[in-house]
Amino acid sequence: MLGFVIQRFLQALVVMLIISLLVFCGVYAVGNPIDVLLSPDATQQIREATIKAYGFDQPLWRQYFDFLGRLGRGDFGRSFVFNMPVLELIFSRLPATLELTLAAVIGATVLGVPLGMYAGYRPDSLVSKTIMAVSILGFSVPTFWIGLVLIFTFAVILGVLPAGGRGETMRLFGIEWSILTANGWKHLLLPALNLSLFKFAMMVRLARAGTREIMLSDTVKFARAAGISEWTILSRHVLRLIAVPIVTVFGLEFGATLAFAVVTETIFSWPGIGKLIIDSISSLDRPVMVAYLMLVAFLFIAINFLVDLAYAALDPRVRVRSA
Amino acid sequence: MVLPENLVRFWRDFTENRVAVVALATVGLIVLLALAAPLIAPQNPYDLARLVLADARRPPGYIGAGGFTHWLGTDAQGRDLLSAILYGLRISIQVGLIAGVVAFILGASLGTMAAFFGGRTEAFIMRFIDLQLSFPAILLALVLAALLGQGKWQIIAALVTAQYAYFARTAHGAASAERPKEYVAAALSIPLPSSRVIFRHILPNCMAPLIVVATVQVANSIALEATLSFLGLGLPVTEPSLGMLIANGFQYMLSGRYWISIYPGVALIFLIVAINLVGDQVRDQLNPRLQR
Repeated sequence: MLGFVIQRFLQALVVMLIISLLVFCGVYAVGNPIDVLLSPDATQQIREATIKAYGFDQPLWRQYFDFLGRLGRGDFGRSFVFNMPVLELIFSRLPATLELTLAAVIGATVLGVPLGMYAGYRPDSLVSKTIMAVSILGFSVPTFWIGLVLIFTFAVILGVLPAGGRGETMRLFGIEWSILTANGWKHLLLPALNLSLFKFAMMVRLARAGTREIMLSDTVKFARAAGISEWTILSRHVLRLIAVPIVTVFGLEFGATLAFAVVTETIFSWPGIGKLIIDSISSLDRPVMVAYLMLVAFLFIAINFLVDLAYAALDPRVRVRSA
Repeated sequence: MVLPENLVRFWRDFTENRVAVVALATVGLIVLLALAAPLIAPQNPYDLARLVLADARRPPGYIGAGGFTHWLGTDAQGRDLLSAILYGLRISIQVGLIAGVVAFILGASLGTMAAFFGGRTEAFIMRFIDLQLSFPAILLALVLAALLGQGKWQIIAALVTAQYAYFARTAHGAASAERPKEYVAAALSIPLPSSRVIFRHILPNCMAPLIVVATVQVANSIALEATLSFLGLGLPVTEPSLGMLIANGFQYMLSGRYWISIYPGVALIFLIVAINLVGDQVRDQLNPRLQR
C-alpha cells in the first residue's frame, strides 16, 4: 500500500509540474503586461526599469524557474491591478465563493434527494414526471441563461430580490460573511439557486435511480412483510442505502462547482474568486490568472489523488494492477 | 454498422416517441431558418450603413426607419433582433457543429487507437484522458479561450480540446470490446495494415455509442460557446453568436428592456433542449440493455 501511495504521489507531483509549465507558458503568451502596468505616456526609462524589475527581459525558461522557486516559497507574486500579494487577494475573495458554493450544494442535496426518491418511488405519477422534466432542463439549459431568467423574474418584474452584489456582511473570525445577515441572505438566494440547479438535477437522477433499484430489493420486501410503514422504509432504509453514491458525488461535485461559480458570480456580480478570474483575464492580470489556475489544478489533483487512495483502500485489485 | 433495413426500423421506433419527433422537427426547422437567414431576415444585421441609431432599443412591434415592423424589437445599435437572431443561429450552429465533428474525429481516433495497440500507448493516452476528464469542461474551455484569444477558430479549438476526451473514452470502451473479436484477428492475418483495421473494421463497429455522445456534445458545444461569448471570451463582435446577443442585452434588462436578451435566449434554449431530447431518444434506442 505504501508503495502505491508513493507512486501515485509522485505521479500527481509530475502532473502538477507539467500543468505549471503549461499554465506559465500559456499565460505568458497573452498580451504584454507592461501595457497593463504602465500608463501609455511612461518614459522609455521607466519602461526599461519596470521590465527589469519584473524580470521580463530574462529568457522564458529562466522566468519559469524563478517562478517555480517563488512558488516553492509560497510566493505567487503581486497582482498588477490591485497591487497586493495574489494569495492575499484570492483568500480575501474565497469566503464569498465558499458560502455561495456551500449554499448551492447543500440546497441541491436537501431538495434534490427527497424529490428524486419520490420520483423513484412513484415513477409514473404526474409529480414525478414534472420533477424529471425540471431535472432535464437543469442539465441542458446553460447556467448563465437560468441566471438571466432569475434576475429578470425576481429582480426586474417582481422586484422582490436584488439583482447582484453581496449585500450586508457581518464579520466573524475576521472574515466577512453574507450568511449572517438577513440582507445578505436575500442577496445570496438567487445566485445560490442558479448555481444549484445543475447539482439539483444530478441529485434527483442519482436518488431516483438508486430508489428504483432498492425498492425492488429483498430489504424492502422483508420490511414490508414486517409491517413497517412505507415512510419508515423510505426514510430509514432506502435513504441509508442510496447515501453512499450521493455522498461520493457530493464530495466530488464540490470541486466542480468552483468552476461553475465563475459563470454565476459574473452574472450576479458576486465578488468571489470566479469573478476575480474573469476580471483578471480581461485586464491581463497575469499573476492572478496563474495563481488561480495553479490553485484549481492543485485542488482537482488533490481530489483525484484522494479518490485513487480511497479506491485502492477499498479494492485491492487496483493496487496490484497499477503497481 | 446500421444497414438500410435496420435504418427503417430505427426510424419506425424513433417516430413512436412523439416528443422526440417534435424535437427533431424543431431542430430541423431551426437549422433551416438559420440556413435561409440571408433570404428571410428583414435586414442584414452586419450592414452597419443600414442601421439607424434612432431605432435603438425599441420594443417588439415597433416600425422603424426601414419601413418594416421589428417583430422582436431592436438592440442597442438599432439592429432588428429577429434578423440578428437568425444570423446568430448560423454562427452558433456552425461553431457547435464544426467543434463537435473535429472532437469526434480526434477523440474517436485516439480512443480506438489506444484500444487497438494496448500496452504503454493505451496506458499513456487513457491516463491523460482520465486526467483531463477530471477537470470540468467549462473550466478548460474558459482557460483556453482566454489564452488563445478571440476568434472563431480559437473558440473552436478551445471547444474541441474541452470535448474530445468524452469521445475518446467512449471509443476506447467500445473498441476494447471489439479488439479481441475474431474478425479483427482475421483482418490482421491477411495481413491488412493496422490503420485500415482500426478505421475500416473496428471504428465502424463502435459507431452506435459515439453517435449518442455526438448529439449530446453538439448541444454542449453550442451551450459552451454561448457561455464563453456571454462572459466576453467567445467570438469577436463582428460575428455575434446568440451568446453575445444575450450578453449585449444583459445591461439593458435591469431597466426593463427584456427583449434584447430574452429572445436570443429563447432561440438558444429551443435549439439546445431539442437536440438533447433527440439525443435522449437515440440513446434509448441504441442502448442494448433497453432493447426489446
